[in-house]
Amino acid sequence: MLLSGSEIVMECLIREGVNVIFGYPGGAILPTYDAMWNYRDRIHHVLVRHEQGASHMADGYARATGKVGVCIATSGPGATNLVTGLATAMMDSVPIVAITGQVPRAAIGSDAFQETDVTGVTLPVTKHNYLVSDIHELAYTIKEAFHIARSGRPGPVLIDIPKDVQTEKIEFVYPEEPIFLPGYNPSLAADPVDIENALDLIRNAKRPIILAGHGIIMSGAMQELRELAERAQIPVTLTLLGKGAMPESHPLTVGMMGMHGAAACNYAIQEADLLIALGMRFDDRVTGNLKTYAPHAKKIHVDIDPSEINKNVRVDVGIAGDVKTVLRQLLPDLPSKTHPEWIGRIREWQEDGNERDILNYDNGEKLLGARVINDLWRYTGGEAITVTDVGQHQMLEAQYYPHQRPATMLTSGGLGTMGFGLPAAIGAKFGRPDEEVWAIVGDGGFQMTMCELATAVQENVKVNIAILNNAYLGMVRQWQEFFYEERYQSTPMVNPDFCKLAEAYGIPSMRVTSRDQIEASVAFARSHSGPVLIEYVIEKEEIIYPMVPAGADLHNMIRRPKPSEGK
Amino acid sequence: MSSETTQNLQSTFKQTLLALVENKPGVLNRVASLFRRRNFNVDSLTVGRTHKPHLSRMTIVVDVKRVDARIIVANLRKMVNVIDVQNISEQPHISRDLALIKVRTNDPESRNAVTTICEHYPARIVDIGTQVAIVEITAREDIVEELIDELRPIGIVELVRTGVVAMGRGTRILDSSYEPRVFANGTQAGLERYGV
Repeated sequence: MLLSGSEIVMECLIREGVNVIFGYPGGAILPTYDAMWNYRDRIHHVLVRHEQGASHMADGYARATGKVGVCIATSGPGATNLVTGLATAMMDSVPIVAITGQVPRAAIGSDAFQETDVTGVTLPVTKHNYLVSDIHELAYTIKEAFHIARSGRPGPVLIDIPKDVQTEKIEFVYPEEPIFLPGYNPSLAADPVDIENALDLIRNAKRPIILAGHGIIMSGAMQELRELAERAQIPVTLTLLGKGAMPESHPLTVGMMGMHGAAACNYAIQEADLLIALGMRFDDRVTGNLKTYAPHAKKIHVDIDPSEINKNVRVDVGIAGDVKTVLRQLLPDLPSKTHPEWIGRIREWQEDGNERDILNYDNGEKLLGARVINDLWRYTGGEAITVTDVGQHQMLEAQYYPHQRPATMLTSGGLGTMGFGLPAAIGAKFGRPDEEVWAIVGDGGFQMTMCELATAVQENVKVNIAILNNAYLGMVRQWQEFFYEERYQSTPMVNPDFCKLAEAYGIPSMRVTSRDQIEASVAFARSHSGPVLIEYVIEKEEIIYPMVPAGADLHNMIRRPKPSEGK
Repeated sequence: MSSETTQNLQSTFKQTLLALVENKPGVLNRVASLFRRRNFNVDSLTVGRTHKPHLSRMTIVVDVKRVDARIIVANLRKMVNVIDVQNISEQPHISRDLALIKVRTNDPESRNAVTTICEHYPARIVDIGTQVAIVEITAREDIVEELIDELRPIGIVELVRTGVVAMGRGTRILDSSYEPRVFANGTQAGLERYGV
């Protein structure tokens, strides 16, 4: 079959199981868009309003489904607009394949119109990338790209295709043989010696704690994690991206660790005599000061990426492997244990934390962000897929919206990309159309990518958009309050009327100013079949407690005083 | 002159890594980018083809004062185009640096001095005129340094070095049986192009 490069791209996408792609056309990718026309029944193209949105949608789709998300853009500015989304996916290990058009081969290097060295630009923010300079390599390259994106530690892969490679025609034979890459062999299983060493540490531990991360969800090791925790009675703390790895209602789940984590988790980590870190990478936001981090603990670290072992934290047993495979190796010989004293101690910290919870204060008429999130949890039955932006609302989501299932809380953790929320929610809804999807965003981040409202309308995507509007860049303001003498430089925001904005897009909207409207707002959102925007006008100067100041010891948190101590 | 093995134990903050990489465009850029963005310090990096046209080989001398060499090796191994990596610092190996040193020889004293100094080194004069001479040395890095120090008072006017290349001693080799894929049009990926 004589096919053009563009048609080969379509054929290969279909063979990878792709049925939706997010993108924006332009000169250098136009042949591929033209080929798309004949494949439009099998591959649905979502026209975004900015290529950053396309990369975040592919990301949201991938996080929600575990499949590879695909985005597509033209050369030059189209491709550079993808960069933030690629960096976001790189930091959070999300499988994406990005396809970009490039100027014709003969023009490369001539500063042609809309030419950018895209493989150069994206080199540090992709797991791998390609410039396809020979059409004979195109099909195999696409197959290889999907393989690399989804295997091992997943990540974004970019394929740059010159325009004349898209139009050239060759006899197409799909490369059926499996991918072989001499320098790419992700390790999966652990050395039995390491398993034995890990078991020894677990047998001897009196105050063990599990640190469960995104890797548990990506490897599908929820059941194994639960079995480990239950049989050896080990409390579980979660990273931000690990939310959903263990049901948060489970008695052994302590909560989220880190800078704005539950104090009980942080105290427990600091007093533990064994950390079992599973599919997490000891980010500075979860460790605080490395010199004083978990000083009494032996450490077991399981991560699929060997370069993560001993990167930030020196460990006693480092296992480079797939966490599900490794846990399955470990479970058969795992002893039954109990740690009643240790768990009792953690309970005390938890009770102390509950006492300080802002929801236990008399807050008068104030509409708190914490309250909004907690009520959204209540009225959605805790079952929605929530996609957050970055900032205070994100931490409130993490604290006040407990998740029971994996891949139901999607957020930009590593890169902390404001503007992620809305487009990622749209992508998530394409991946999980039967789920209720809420984009929970702040007024700042929302305005970075709010052009994607039009995408939601054009595609009639049922996402509910909850804007927590405090007319501030709230998290930055909090830092200014704590560490910069309340000098609120460039954090107050003059915002548009978000409901009128929604109206301009034809999106039903509602403004909520008091707690008694929250239930109705959820009902309102559910009563429409397309996108809905709800603006929650919240308390302007709310603070996220507890807080570990950047670089401080993990146990030295700024805590909210107890009601008895006065505010 | 100390033996090859003792020299390996010197300068403990320097370690020598060998990387076998696919001979494809952009691989050197990828490796360089890794070192830059991870803030690893490179003392020298050399790259060249091997006896197999699809494989290139790098010798990278890294500074490990701040970063454990194992982390650097793990990061290199992670790269798709890097086939294998070996840290040969802890095992017997041969390492060589080549330098071309242009020195002043515009009077009989300097000409004699250069000639005499070169006799004490694995060095030779490869070009000589009434104004300058070029000395070539191929030796361990520290011996090259010594020669440079001795020639310096005479007057070095130009100098170029290749950076260190290294190879483990004995029967353990860094190699790959990997054969590149042949594409439909009969070419092998990347082989026709100028590599790395």
